[in-house]
Amino acid sequence: MTIDDFLDQDTEWLKGTGPSANIVMSSRTRLARNIDKMPFSNRANKQQLEDVLNMAEDAVRRSGFLKNALFIRLKNLSEVDRVFLVERHLMSPEHAKNAEYKALIVDPKEIVSIMVNEEDHLRIQVMQSGLNLTECWRIIDEIDTELSKTLPFAFSAKWGYLTACPTNAGTGLRGSTMLHLPALVFTGQIGKILQAIAKLGMNIRGLYGEGTEAMGNIFQVSNQISMGITEEDVIDNIERITNQLISREDATRKMLLTKNKEGLVDRVSRAFGTLKSAHIINSNETVTLLSAIRLGVDLGLIKNMDRRTVNELFLLTQPAHLQKREGKLLNANDRDVKRADIVKERLK
Amino acid sequence: MKCDICGNREATVHLTEIVNDKVTKLHLCEECAKEKGAEMEEHFGLSDLLAGLADLGAGIEPDLSDKVKCPACGFTYSDFKKVGRLGCGECYEAFKKQLAPLLKRIHSADRHVGKVPLTAGKTVKDTRTLQELRVRMEKAIQFEEFEEAAKLRDRIKELEKKDENGK
Repeated sequence: MTIDDFLDQDTEWLKGTGPSANIVMSSRTRLARNIDKMPFSNRANKQQLEDVLNMAEDAVRRSGFLKNALFIRLKNLSEVDRVFLVERHLMSPEHAKNAEYKALIVDPKEIVSIMVNEEDHLRIQVMQSGLNLTECWRIIDEIDTELSKTLPFAFSAKWGYLTACPTNAGTGLRGSTMLHLPALVFTGQIGKILQAIAKLGMNIRGLYGEGTEAMGNIFQVSNQISMGITEEDVIDNIERITNQLISREDATRKMLLTKNKEGLVDRVSRAFGTLKSAHIINSNETVTLLSAIRLGVDLGLIKNMDRRTVNELFLLTQPAHLQKREGKLLNANDRDVKRADIVKERLK
Repeated sequence: MKCDICGNREATVHLTEIVNDKVTKLHLCEECAKEKGAEMEEHFGLSDLLAGLADLGAGIEPDLSDKVKCPACGFTYSDFKKVGRLGCGECYEAFKKQLAPLLKRIHSADRHVGKVPLTAGKTVKDTRTLQELRVRMEKAIQFEEFEEAAKLRDRIKELEKKDENGK
């Protein structure tokens, strides 16, 4: 198996299954771990970085959970392949840069991935479709325990797991949920909600687009604090806040359906019309319109289409995915044409 | 009013910068403001934010605390302030005076209470029990429950002895 096989596979967050999948696209946990007595990646020399890569590969080969995982040296990948992995949420954009001594470990189902020599020696990630954060924690906890039998992790009794950035020290845990909140955005409630969440020691940001603007109405909620709190409490806090957002979004969707159904149908139909007839379309417009389509599907306004098809389009229309499908590099203009093609093909 | 940078276009963006208590006012056109904005954003990442907080622990001798060096990797506290990342695990111990208030500011806590790796298990658990016992003893003294405090003191002594023997 190679990463090319991922192209025809539904990665976990596309499945559209699991609890509250109409609003929660996916749940994720991430653990930052470093090898004891070894300088952090930014400070390590070439030999030490190489050693970390070898130790990580060895640990994975001995692991029961990860024995079938791919171990990918990023220097052997093209630029497009690296971005492809970022678009699939298997690694961070930072990891794709300066790839010489970096690796990605990923299981064939794309549920578990480990970045080697990112900011920390290991960044372990587990992803599940829908609101399944507790399950994500259960899986990552087991993998971490198993890896710790072969890899001595840097740990202090006082400060917990030691990480390159003090903001991650302690548990090294970042949990997050990815939510589709179109109704809260349409009705202008999202601003207040973002502020409230920030006050609770949580982060919330848009998935697509830069700065404060969230394209496609997709948001990611995650914890800010990783020390002085147990892993279970971190997970519990995010789940609670996510549940609040779900019920608020749900109620607003219902309200829109009863009070402004015509307006909603109009919005969804126009999005559908544009996507089905556009010949050239950029990434931002696509994501924005797909958000309306997804809402339409979730509310039963669009028949004969499932959530998975829409979710897939969010990913397949990203630049590296388009280029991998075509099997060649495309400039921005060509991508806009190919993007329109694939959207038309899938929405038929 | 014309733009301060290009002197060509009409200034529509008015910036007030305060650097070291010196106030500078800039009147810019939209294009120059964009460039200036990009420049400012680039100069203000997470590490800068951390660096700002990182001075908290410095106190009376800021210069000296900057020069504290990690014996394991040679990283100095001033290096950390520049990049916002530590050099290795030992840096936490080396810079503990400066890091403790910083961690407190970030996490509202400066002590880990979560998972403990299998290998670190026993000694860590003992350390944690010790910390808890000390807190309980202080409380007991505060409430003048001296009998309880004495019991706790004995348990602490026992554990400390074990800790020393273990080393």
